[in-house]
Amino acid sequence: MSQSTPALRLENIVKTFPGVRALDGVSLEVLPGEVHALMGENGAGKSTLMKVLGGLHQPDEGKIIVSEQLVRMASPLDAKSKGIVFIHQELSLASELTVAENIYLGELPKKRFGLVDWQKLYAQTDEILAKLKVGFNAKTRVGDLSIANQQMVEIARALTVDAKAVIFDEPTASLTDAEKVVLFDVIADLKDHGVGIIYISHRMEEIFKITDRISVLRDGSYRGTLVTAETNEDEITQLMIGRSLDLSRNVNHNELGDTALEVKGLSCGKLYRDISFEVRRGEVVGFYGLVGAGRTEIAETLFGLREPSAGKIFLDGQETRIHSPADAISKGISLVPEDRKGQGLVLGMNCRDNMTLPQVDDLKAGPFVAEGAEVAIFDQYRDRLDIRTPGWKQTVGNLSGGNQQKIVIGKWLSMHPNVLIVDEPTRGIDVGSKSEIHNLIRELAGHGYAVIVISSEMPEVLHVSDRIVAMYSGEIIRTFTSDEVTEDNLIQAISGITPDKAA
Amino acid sequence: MEPGTLSTFLKRGAIWGFIVLQLVFFSVAGKYLSLSDTAFMDLDNMLLLLKQSAPIGIIAVGMTVIMINGNIDLSVGAIFALAAVVMLDSMTWPVFAGLGDWVIPVGWGLALLTGVVLGAINGLIVWKTGVDAFIVTLGAMLGYRGLVFMYNGEQPTSHLNWTLVDFAEAQFLGLPTAAWFLLGTVAAVWFIMNRTVHGRNAYAIGDNREAAVNAGIRVGPHFLINFMLIGFLAALSAVVFYSESGSVNPNDGQLYELWAITAVVLGGTKLTGGSGSIISTLGGVIAIQLLRKGLGHIGADTETVNLVIGLILIAVLFLDRQLNLKGKQELRV
Repeated sequence: MSQSTPALRLENIVKTFPGVRALDGVSLEVLPGEVHALMGENGAGKSTLMKVLGGLHQPDEGKIIVSEQLVRMASPLDAKSKGIVFIHQELSLASELTVAENIYLGELPKKRFGLVDWQKLYAQTDEILAKLKVGFNAKTRVGDLSIANQQMVEIARALTVDAKAVIFDEPTASLTDAEKVVLFDVIADLKDHGVGIIYISHRMEEIFKITDRISVLRDGSYRGTLVTAETNEDEITQLMIGRSLDLSRNVNHNELGDTALEVKGLSCGKLYRDISFEVRRGEVVGFYGLVGAGRTEIAETLFGLREPSAGKIFLDGQETRIHSPADAISKGISLVPEDRKGQGLVLGMNCRDNMTLPQVDDLKAGPFVAEGAEVAIFDQYRDRLDIRTPGWKQTVGNLSGGNQQKIVIGKWLSMHPNVLIVDEPTRGIDVGSKSEIHNLIRELAGHGYAVIVISSEMPEVLHVSDRIVAMYSGEIIRTFTSDEVTEDNLIQAISGITPDKAA
Repeated sequence: MEPGTLSTFLKRGAIWGFIVLQLVFFSVAGKYLSLSDTAFMDLDNMLLLLKQSAPIGIIAVGMTVIMINGNIDLSVGAIFALAAVVMLDSMTWPVFAGLGDWVIPVGWGLALLTGVVLGAINGLIVWKTGVDAFIVTLGAMLGYRGLVFMYNGEQPTSHLNWTLVDFAEAQFLGLPTAAWFLLGTVAAVWFIMNRTVHGRNAYAIGDNREAAVNAGIRVGPHFLINFMLIGFLAALSAVVFYSESGSVNPNDGQLYELWAITAVVLGGTKLTGGSGSIISTLGGVIAIQLLRKGLGHIGADTETVNLVIGLILIAVLFLDRQLNLKGKQELRV
């Protein structure tokens, strides 16, 4: 790490969205030839910060300084032209085009008459691919590549411009160990050329292996920068989680009933493998892991949206197969989905119609919908869940996130399920409503529902769960009871570190 | 071999396999069922088939470009009719009376210009308003058809120029004129889509629009160029067809947009854009024409032909969806 002027400096970046202060005066400095880790829980503001840097969001306040020049990032292209290159976690590739065309997307070398200079294109691409030591060539169709190789194509793009800073967002999420070695070589190479690197990852192992410094964000604000060589996992975890959140681990256990749901050896292709667990009536089981660990896919399987490739599902001790969401609902399984606005609600419809959506067919009086019965159901669950709305005629899109979520939960409760699966129950919900939802989940378990909560927020999982299933890349690493779980052993489990390897 | 290569190969070659299947089927079935003595796979019959494919085929080539780009154009049938009216009528205008046969290129030029301008109007609206191409060209389909009727009412527009008819009915190196136009269009547009920056960008936009925008590709101008191209090709199709027939009814070209789309989809171009091949569209066009001729050969009537084509189209898309679903482990929705 050299002591020259920073390759990139962010000063006091503030970004607010309606109702949320996503970034609250965040500063970050990356030196040339430095690998700078950016860490924080999901929702801490990392991706918002990177979107500001990449020109996708304009900051409300603050400065972006590249090589001592104050700049404004008008668009992603603008950011790239100023030497800021992103390696996105979600691939942004055109799968029908070749590797070479994707690497030079928007910048294909031209001959006369607007013809593509294929010779030059392939030559330049081969040069870059040689550096990356990949097993495919410039003419391969991107759609025919594995996800890992597609990631390498994204990385190759960064090497086409004179980059001042390169941002890697969870680059190893889909790479094998061998591919990681290549990636780290590429990073070392960029480093030698004086490029500043921002490395976003949850994986402690990698952080300690390749980074020089670590900056931590929590709840949209900057919590400090540590020198990697002088710190340890505990210190980082401490900064990431902090103590300010008033969410303790759950200690009030309900009286448990029979096993409502049991899963044995469930697998679904590459998404998850050999998943076994059980949920009893009155129990909340939390599923914790990184995005992409396979949690949502398990929920989708239980709700009949995915077909498992192996394994068995038991409901109340009876082996069963779930063919479709309609089948799941009739068997007493309900799913409150992760994407509330996209999957959980019909935003343009009113509160009552949203709540009775799955059973409107059962509420008929002759050929017509029985509106009175619908209103009765709405009123019942509005009171029970304390949904604050002017009335059932209110369009759901106009409600706050917390109240929207209660409508979704009410919808499923009115179907009298045995198993309630809640995926990211408080995503995009303000802090006050969060604890209400948490209390509601505990209360539901108290009434004898078997509840599965999937969450990427550790305090949430700790707060609502009786037991916690820790997942890492498609496998269950360990199941904790709420007595034995700590932040440290949980973070280690979901980062893929075995206890003896951890420092 | 990377996974997916084989299925991709199968899908790309499928249309030609289907054509071979049809040829075999109709040749064999024709022996027992046909009323005529001529063999189905007769050279003259095949050349005629290529000629009959030309009007829809030339439009379908343009439609492939539009659909690869992620759009659709429903106004091609109306553009086809209007361009035909302009071509035939302009040859009778007194201004051009002294030109003799030189009126032919003038009429052609005006017809092609009409197509380009109408296409440009579609493209500009899609670009500048951001309204979906389906809606824009649906409106244009009605509007341009309205212009056709405004031109000459319910009356057909006719003009026979024998030099023109001779040209259209001529054969060069054994191929009819219309077939040359079809093959020339296929070659030229294939070149544009596969060799020029514009063509490759059109693929990229249809495939992953966000990625294209992020890479600095300006989407709107590419849309405009492609709508102008399909307008030109719809007019070219009219030029080729009406040079021979010499008379256009105001309802001519109706449903051409749907036949073109059918051929494009049979050729394997994705409705969502990003993927497709000009050559395969030619296969789709030939397959439809072959099906019509073949079913006629074994004695089926027109209604049966349309029913069979409709069923085959749905079957093909169903197979395609099943293949993709298996490959990608998608959600069951």
